Amino acid sequence: MAELTMIEALNKALHEAMEADDRVLVLGEDVGVDGGIFRLTQGLIESFGEERVIDTPLAESAIAGMAIGLAIYGLRPVAEMQFSGFSYLAFNQLEAHAARMRWRSQGRFSAPMVVRMPYGAGVRALEHHSESREAYYAHTPGLKLVVPSGPRNARALLASAIEDPDPVIFFEPKALYRSFREEVPDDPESLALGKARVVREGSDITLIAYGAMLPRTIEAADSLASDGVEAEVIDLMTISPIDDATLEESVRKCGRAIIVHEAPGSFGPAGEIIARLVETSFYHLEAPLRRVTGFDIHVPYFAREQAYLPDADRIVAVARETLDARA
Amino acid sequence: MPRMTIKPNTQVDYLGILDEAGEIDEDRMPELDDEQLTGFYRAMLRARRFDERLLNLQRQGKLGTFAPVKGQEAAQIGSVAALRDSDWVVPSYRETAALLWRGTPMQGLFTLLAGYNEGGQIADTQNDLPQSIPVGTQPLHAMGIAHGIRYRADDAVVVSYFGDGATSQGDFHEAMNFASVFRSPVVFLCQNNQWAISVPRDRQTRSATLAQKALAYDMPGIQVDGNDVFAVYAATCEAVERARDGGGPTLIECVTYRLEVHTTADDPTRYRDEEEVEKWEKREPLLRLRRYLESLDLLDEEKIEALENDIKQEIEEAWKAASADMEQLTDPGVMFDHLFAQEPPRLTEQREALQKWDAAKQRRRDDEETQ
Repeated sequence: MAELTMIEALNKALHEAMEADDRVLVLGEDVGVDGGIFRLTQGLIESFGEERVIDTPLAESAIAGMAIGLAIYGLRPVAEMQFSGFSYLAFNQLEAHAARMRWRSQGRFSAPMVVRMPYGAGVRALEHHSESREAYYAHTPGLKLVVPSGPRNARALLASAIEDPDPVIFFEPKALYRSFREEVPDDPESLALGKARVVREGSDITLIAYGAMLPRTIEAADSLASDGVEAEVIDLMTISPIDDATLEESVRKCGRAIIVHEAPGSFGPAGEIIARLVETSFYHLEAPLRRVTGFDIHVPYFAREQAYLPDADRIVAVARETLDARA
Repeated sequence: MPRMTIKPNTQVDYLGILDEAGEIDEDRMPELDDEQLTGFYRAMLRARRFDERLLNLQRQGKLGTFAPVKGQEAAQIGSVAALRDSDWVVPSYRETAALLWRGTPMQGLFTLLAGYNEGGQIADTQNDLPQSIPVGTQPLHAMGIAHGIRYRADDAVVVSYFGDGATSQGDFHEAMNFASVFRSPVVFLCQNNQWAISVPRDRQTRSATLAQKALAYDMPGIQVDGNDVFAVYAATCEAVERARDGGGPTLIECVTYRLEVHTTADDPTRYRDEEEVEKWEKREPLLRLRRYLESLDLLDEEKIEALENDIKQEIEEAWKAASADMEQLTDPGVMFDHLFAQEPPRLTEQREALQKWDAAKQRRRDDEETQ
């Protein structure tokens, strides 16, 4: 067991996957000699050579399109978009081809590939380096979307994403890359995609979050606990497909729920989750379901990014309103 | 500080072997035996007649929108004939002739064009990607497959098909650039059919040729008479051999002409003159090959009639089989198939909801009939 940051844990997952399976290739901008601009792919080129750790020319669409070709050929590419804010150049390849190859060819070909990309605000970065546009990918049939929230689950989820037979968009909360360390087992570990986990049990209110919002949500739950409120916290981990069963069970138990994400609220995952819970669990609800999200604006330049991001105070405030509400 | 030429002027070759009169340039003629020669003609005629039948069925409302291949048979057969079965074909949406050559069953194409996903099935023995509709996006997949081939030290090559319009797309240039940087075993085969729906070739680019786009990527680029099956075959053989030997990618521009509509939803009289079409009719690829083969006594009226009859029979049998098969394709639930290797629970719920609604609708209809 070693205490690792998320960067180190993801690096470990890539080393392990490449060690175990020579079909696994890593490609992207600066992923080889430089070891990635966050050093996430550090050491891979030394261990596996430039045939498997491919520094590509600067073109996101081609990185995605090349990964599709590699995957069709029978390899397991792990492509990196340097920031999710630049992934839109690759979006057509992901929507028009990666997501459809199995369906279009009636199962003859598929695109088992992972597209990793750092997302989210909180690291004092430039414009386009702080967005959370997971809804674009989650809205696309044929894609899976995974968002880890800590070093240990990041490593295990990336292992599963690489083994998955279908294309997986892997959103990495860059605000958590080096924000804390966690024990990560030495032996390989995987976590099933499509499964949420109950991080903390409670019976008064369900707080649902993912990625960089999870630590803030746990902080909010701590704060509520000091006032005697037992919040159940759920870490989604996979946004698409959503683990409906785990969410339903918790919300039916607590009767109240809040969904937290840093993406703009309108048309975001929280809205989708609320719609599903209303469809399946309306008669178990004791108060309106609420969301705490980013505003419907672009992430401001970094001097004001913390004002944009949901924090524990906002989550607690909305939780209080929900707890006070009477159906 | 000096100002000097650091890159000498570059040149683009043009290759033509078989002219409109059916005469060949003996020196440049690729080695082909009699069976191959008549095989080319048969394949081109087969594609032409199949295309005509598709158009006819589409006009009867039996097939949906499709992109006819008429006029481009030499560009497709000449290039695809240079490949081994184990090589890869990455088509756009107009590669009917190439796909028929590769073994794609007519029945499947009929079914696909009649709007059934099942028609898109590809035999395990065929390394051919399904048709790609967003223009110019598929050369990237060809480049990726080619990179995989190189990684596995496989000896296959990939041919990526696209048209003149695609050369304006970013993905085309990205694919060319990556393939050149990585020396991927891929042939970029551009069928310059002069029109991207209503936009003429000269409005796509000011470049004198499309082949010269290769030069920016330090890749060989050649322009060929795309209505001359021998020139296309010779140029593709050369490019395929170079790719197989580790020499990297090539761009081939086949100068050809779309004699039909862009798709069946298009009306070309809005943007091009009939005179232009008539001019290109005279240059069309089947007639000159027929003249050449007749001069060798490999073809005559009688043999052509026999060929025509065989092809007609094959097409009609395939349509009959497809029509009978389509009557069985009544389960709309097929649209959920193959989205994922393992279906997520929510999709299964939606599939079941559809079944339930359909069953209820059927019961209502049955009740109405009884009343």
